[in-house]
Amino acid sequence: MSLSRMLAVARKEVLHILRDSRSLIIVVIMPVTLMLLFGYGVNLDLKSLPLYVYDQDGSQQSQDLLKQFQASQYFHIVCVVDRYPAVTRALDDGSAKMGIVIPWNFSQQLGSGSPARVQALVDATDDNTANILIGYAQAVVQGYSSDIQIGWLQRHGEPVEPAPIGVETRTWYNEDLESSAFIIPGVLALVMSVIGAFLTSLTIAREWERGSMEQLISTPVTAIEIMLGKLTPYFVIGMFDVAVCAFIAIGWFHVPFRGSYMTLAVSSALFMVVVLSLGFFISVLARNQFAASQIALLVTFLPAFLLSGFLFSIDQMPIVLQWITRILPARYYVSVLKEIFLKGTPTTMLAADLLPLAVFSLLLAAVATRSFHKRLQ
Amino acid sequence: MRLPANPRVIPMERRTMAEPSHSAAVNFAAANPPAANSVVIENLTKRFGSFVAVDRLNLTVRKGEVFGFLGPNGAGKSTTIRMLCGLLTPSSGRASVAGHDVARDPEAVRQNIGYMSQKFSLYNDLKVIENLRLFAGLYSVPATELQDRIGWALTMANLKGRENLLTSTLPGGWKQHLALGCAVLHRPPIIFLDEPTSGVDPISRRQFWDLIHQMAQQGVTVFVTTHYMEEAEYCNRLALIFRGQMVALGTPAELKRGSMKGELLLVECRPLGPAVEALQSAPGVIDAAVFGDALHLVVGSASIAAPTIRTYLTDRQISVHRIEPIRPTLEDVFVSLTTTRSAEEARTQ
Repeated sequence: MSLSRMLAVARKEVLHILRDSRSLIIVVIMPVTLMLLFGYGVNLDLKSLPLYVYDQDGSQQSQDLLKQFQASQYFHIVCVVDRYPAVTRALDDGSAKMGIVIPWNFSQQLGSGSPARVQALVDATDDNTANILIGYAQAVVQGYSSDIQIGWLQRHGEPVEPAPIGVETRTWYNEDLESSAFIIPGVLALVMSVIGAFLTSLTIAREWERGSMEQLISTPVTAIEIMLGKLTPYFVIGMFDVAVCAFIAIGWFHVPFRGSYMTLAVSSALFMVVVLSLGFFISVLARNQFAASQIALLVTFLPAFLLSGFLFSIDQMPIVLQWITRILPARYYVSVLKEIFLKGTPTTMLAADLLPLAVFSLLLAAVATRSFHKRLQ
Repeated sequence: MRLPANPRVIPMERRTMAEPSHSAAVNFAAANPPAANSVVIENLTKRFGSFVAVDRLNLTVRKGEVFGFLGPNGAGKSTTIRMLCGLLTPSSGRASVAGHDVARDPEAVRQNIGYMSQKFSLYNDLKVIENLRLFAGLYSVPATELQDRIGWALTMANLKGRENLLTSTLPGGWKQHLALGCAVLHRPPIIFLDEPTSGVDPISRRQFWDLIHQMAQQGVTVFVTTHYMEEAEYCNRLALIFRGQMVALGTPAELKRGSMKGELLLVECRPLGPAVEALQSAPGVIDAAVFGDALHLVVGSASIAAPTIRTYLTDRQISVHRIEPIRPTLEDVFVSLTTTRSAEEARTQ
């Protein structure tokens, strides 16, 4: 292992990156774009959902109920209509997510003490949103209902008993229940997948395609020197991008950072080794820029996006998918990121994630090293 | 008990152990003292699946020789050169370069060679000086010699003052010179050039060959492949390669003298097409081929065949303008040898 030969390869690689505008865009613009995209664009919170109402009753009580809906931050009454088909049409054309129909005998039923019913029509195209929506609507109606009961009891001089049970919630870790705080730390894993696997697989496959690899391996430079020389610049860039992303997350999106920066650096370095090794391994096998970059995205970016717990909680996945996530290094990295950003979990308690990450990085680095020989066939 | 205190002891021991197997190579090249042989090839064979790219090749290249490897595309020239540079493992047979076995000790081979691959066009997005520094680094050129070597390469490639040009902006001939400069920065005793002048204009090609001869005069062995016949004339010795096999070996003069099965007639006649067809079956004609706007005929004896052929053609309404014996070029030799070989193969199948 000669440091000077490795540095000769690394220096050349840096020049390639500096002279290639596409690489520069991926290195500089891509991380910021992904951060902004996921910080602003992806919002799992449901707020101000469009609501159509058809109040057949038109009484004081029905208006009170609708005020409750309006007061809730989840709903926004966009239209009050006077015909039933207007509600269904609004659901059809998507201008409403939910329609509330208050029957003509609503106040009468309430006055007589018999149960009153309200109809809710829900657009359940997206079942998840629909479920949340129904929950919100039930909560609003429930709240109004108990208000009436208590009012009735008080008016009749009855003691308000038994007191309704209330839940006092206090949210931890992500106190403001912002989905961006949940999502943004995971973006780091996406950025590193692109830098580590996509970019490196391109640059190494390019050497095979253009025949310069044949020239390189005809010199006394060793396989490990070529590998380290080619990967080191991308390692440095990847770590730099992690710092940039962390800075944007904390400084701009105000995602809390409660853990240690050291743990962030160590886990990122381990994950970087994982994606670099994968990118290198794939390009050695494919020896073709297009194939190598596509496969690299398929085995790093896609799992990091879908199966790492970045957007979708692993606990909620079917059991088979949960097993599959165990062989995905991204899962452990995203888990570490969420823990150290939001919870500030001490490093010692992250062993269950850091250890597999370390094992993966060693294993894949070994595979990548062994895959590359100074032979054409 | 003696411990190898000096790690250098180990490669020395290994070399002594390897010597018995080397003796075969020495015997093969018995005509020359072993130190004078840069490349020794014995029964070298490379198969890709069922395709035999290189078929039992045997030859020896002497120190300071410009050795040409001549053959059409796909004849196995590049495959051979890649095996000699340790880039491909031979399927069978063996080869040693600068005394090192290419299959067992490719790294030792690489220390002693400069290689210019066929596809190689340097790194286009790097500047001239950056390409040179890269290869100086890869070949571990000592810092004290770095300026000297890079200066020498720049002078040789005629790129003094153009160090900071991007390589992509250089004309083809200059790129080729620069590529050679990069491949020999570490003063290797042997250089392998795989079709170094393909796609280069004739003047640059000529200058390139001047460089090759300068290096050979300094004792560097040059192993070069080409499919340009006129370039082959610049070589001290030539091997003609056809379908993975060596069909002839010798100096250009020897080949031209000895390899033709018969003598050569130049025939200028019109129309050419029917003439070639007719002559294939004419009595006394071994081979007929179109060269430019005339025909070259291989015949047993030029003086006997000339009048016969004139009548033969005139009888078939072909007008003959000129018919005379000529001295064969390498191209004639090559065509003659390869048609003989093809005919033999067709007969055996």
